Amino acid sequence: MAEKLLMKGNEAIAFGAIRCGCDGYFGYPITPQSEIMETLMEQQPWESTGMVVLQAESETASINMLYGGAATGKRVMTSSSSPGISLMCEGLSYLAGAELPCLVVDVMRGGPGLGTIQPSQADYFQCVKGGGHGDYRLIVLAPASVQEMYDFVDKAFTLAFKYRIPAMILADGVIGQMMEKVELGPAKPRRSEAEIEAECGNWATTGKKTDRKRNIITSLALEAPVQEKFNLKLIEKHRKIEENEVMYSTYRTEDAEHLIIAYGSMSRIAETVTDMAREQGIKAGLLRPVTLYPFPKREIEAFAQKVKTMLVVELSAGQMVEDVRLAVNGRIPVNFYGRYGGMVPSPDQILEEFKKNIN
Amino acid sequence: MKEEIIIAGFGGQGVLSMGKILAYSGIMQDKEVTWMPSYGPEMRGGTANVTVIISDSKISSPVLARFDTAIILNQQSMDKFGPAVKPGGLLIYDPNGITIPPSRQDITICTIDAANESALLGNTKTYNMVVLGAFLKMKPVISMENIVLGLKKSIPERSHHLIGINVQAIETGINNVKIINKV
Amino acid sequence: MEREDLIKEENLVYSKTPLLTDTVMHYCPGCTHGVVHKMIAEVIEDMGIQEKTIGISPVGCAVFAYNYIDIDWQQAAHGRAPALATAVKRLNPYKYVFTYQGDGDLASIGTAEVIHACNRGENIVIIFINNAIYGMTGGQMAPTTLLGQITSTTPYGRRSDLNGFPLKMTEIVAKLDGTCYVTRQSAHTPQAVRKCKKAIRKAFENSMLNKGTSFVEIVSTCNSGWKLTPVKANKWMEENMFPFYPLGDVKDR
Repeated sequence: MAEKLLMKGNEAIAFGAIRCGCDGYFGYPITPQSEIMETLMEQQPWESTGMVVLQAESETASINMLYGGAATGKRVMTSSSSPGISLMCEGLSYLAGAELPCLVVDVMRGGPGLGTIQPSQADYFQCVKGGGHGDYRLIVLAPASVQEMYDFVDKAFTLAFKYRIPAMILADGVIGQMMEKVELGPAKPRRSEAEIEAECGNWATTGKKTDRKRNIITSLALEAPVQEKFNLKLIEKHRKIEENEVMYSTYRTEDAEHLIIAYGSMSRIAETVTDMAREQGIKAGLLRPVTLYPFPKREIEAFAQKVKTMLVVELSAGQMVEDVRLAVNGRIPVNFYGRYGGMVPSPDQILEEFKKNIN
Repeated sequence: MKEEIIIAGFGGQGVLSMGKILAYSGIMQDKEVTWMPSYGPEMRGGTANVTVIISDSKISSPVLARFDTAIILNQQSMDKFGPAVKPGGLLIYDPNGITIPPSRQDITICTIDAANESALLGNTKTYNMVVLGAFLKMKPVISMENIVLGLKKSIPERSHHLIGINVQAIETGINNVKIINKV
Repeated sequence: MEREDLIKEENLVYSKTPLLTDTVMHYCPGCTHGVVHKMIAEVIEDMGIQEKTIGISPVGCAVFAYNYIDIDWQQAAHGRAPALATAVKRLNPYKYVFTYQGDGDLASIGTAEVIHACNRGENIVIIFINNAIYGMTGGQMAPTTLLGQITSTTPYGRRSDLNGFPLKMTEIVAKLDGTCYVTRQSAHTPQAVRKCKKAIRKAFENSMLNKGTSFVEIVSTCNSGWKLTPVKANKWMEENMFPFYPLGDVKDR
């Protein structure tokens, strides 16, 4: 059996990267996620797997390093927290426009502006709806445990390459800073040049071979009809992702009359709230979206036929709740409870709010 | 078995590392654990606290409002977390720096004179291990064998020569905890 | 000699490098970009490194460089080419990596990226086209615009009190420990082209020697932006640009 280690969510991201065959990390320090690069620098993976780790001069440079690295077919990633992600949004738009697979980790903190360094989920709109300019999506995974921080690194890369799309791990300060038990899975080697050529040779800029046309990575079309054709291609890609890649989990929903919906750290707290409500005779259940894009809208729509109320709990002023309300489409009341600016509610506080809304 | 613990004091008292050693020892004993710090500017000399949960089964919320045990090392933390101990729960504190001792009758209250005991050991850095010993005496949720394994995992290898003195400090805590109120 | 004989292979005195594609260039007649493209294509051909070369094109007139040189290309966001090149080279150390950037891209919006790539001593080539104006957006002031020079955003001439001073990027990056070869060239006469091509070749060769960053500025004309004929533009460049941006190697180690 794999060794069990105690580590922070941020450290788990670093180990996940080294052990899933990641080729390069490019990042810029920002609280509460700096342990990711610190752990990588301490582990010195360039000595073991050959993975490149570089502290860039800014988030802007980091995301553009991802563009360069991803364009050569490599598994490249960066990480940041909210203000840094804002700086990366330009680059994310270009990555999406050039259909480049990569991984961006956002360990969210309170905003707007410089805000706080405590946990938040207020970047849902920014990350799930795009963030940069133009019609595009990222695949967004929301881990709820330190083990998932580790596991999702490989998962995100796999999805990113499957669809040639940037993927994001959207975590928050709770998941990044807390420590839990992690079992490290078997380490995957980095892909060889030949393997990269086989997987990405028809698009990656690995150097023009005599037997193929030159590969060009660009997001520029200039002519509207050409751009529209590309937009249609992206829409089709997004449709496939929505059809095939939705992930969610449920807890005690079999006979539930009142459903709590929460993701990331809040789903952990909401699980305790569900238990507490059940102890008080309330038939509560929990739905946790694991992918925020694609969003489990069909599943939520189905629950709207079965339960009496829903409560969405977020560390924001109400962002994911809009997607829940779209899925429910007015069938039942969808209530909201949020905390802001880095404040994290206790299960008791959520339970109180939950009980208010079901009476 | 499920033990929900808050450890709170000043930054520099080893609050976070005590929590880490306890959590790692829990893993060595095949338990589920979470370690959730309150972080922020507080990390630099202000109050620091960490919630540690040790459980036989999967842990849901790592964030709690009420605790089975509160380990309290300054007055601010006493004010904040003294009332958060569940009825029938345990409160351990170091009387140094506590101006208003707890008066609850519905919980078990203990003191550990960790500042003095660690000074007597000749290494005030073992302060937090003396406190940990007091906790383990009152709630023997982790075996000493697994605590040593947890120490080894938590402390960088270059400092492993200090494990002996840390174990000694834990034993000092075990032997010197004083029960003030018992429920 | 008849035309039929003239075009016989044994009588050829010149042929276009096959690395230059047959795509008709979109550059204005008289523009320096085409000449520099050809030099780069010839260097890549001469060195036999087509399969190992990755170019990074900028935002600006040269955004479509990928249409003209037959190698793998990445097209960067405005100013970020050195960040892309950093990652490409670090992840593919046996590839030749170069950026091709104008003065707006490199000396204005991308200052941070170029300074830090040079300071880290990335083993890349940076080709810097300095024509002292924004060509693609219609002739606005560039950071390298000379004092007194008229552009669409300095219609009465650049004034230091209003617009600051022209930026000498080449002298700046030469001061950084990470650069190994920093030179300023031009491409307006056959002689200059020969020298410039040599400089580009040297820069490419450096990128496998683990010596640091090679930086080649090419003082260029933008006769459209300058509102001059190509011939007059060359003259204006000689009289006004060269005194402020003197040609020659600034650093070679």
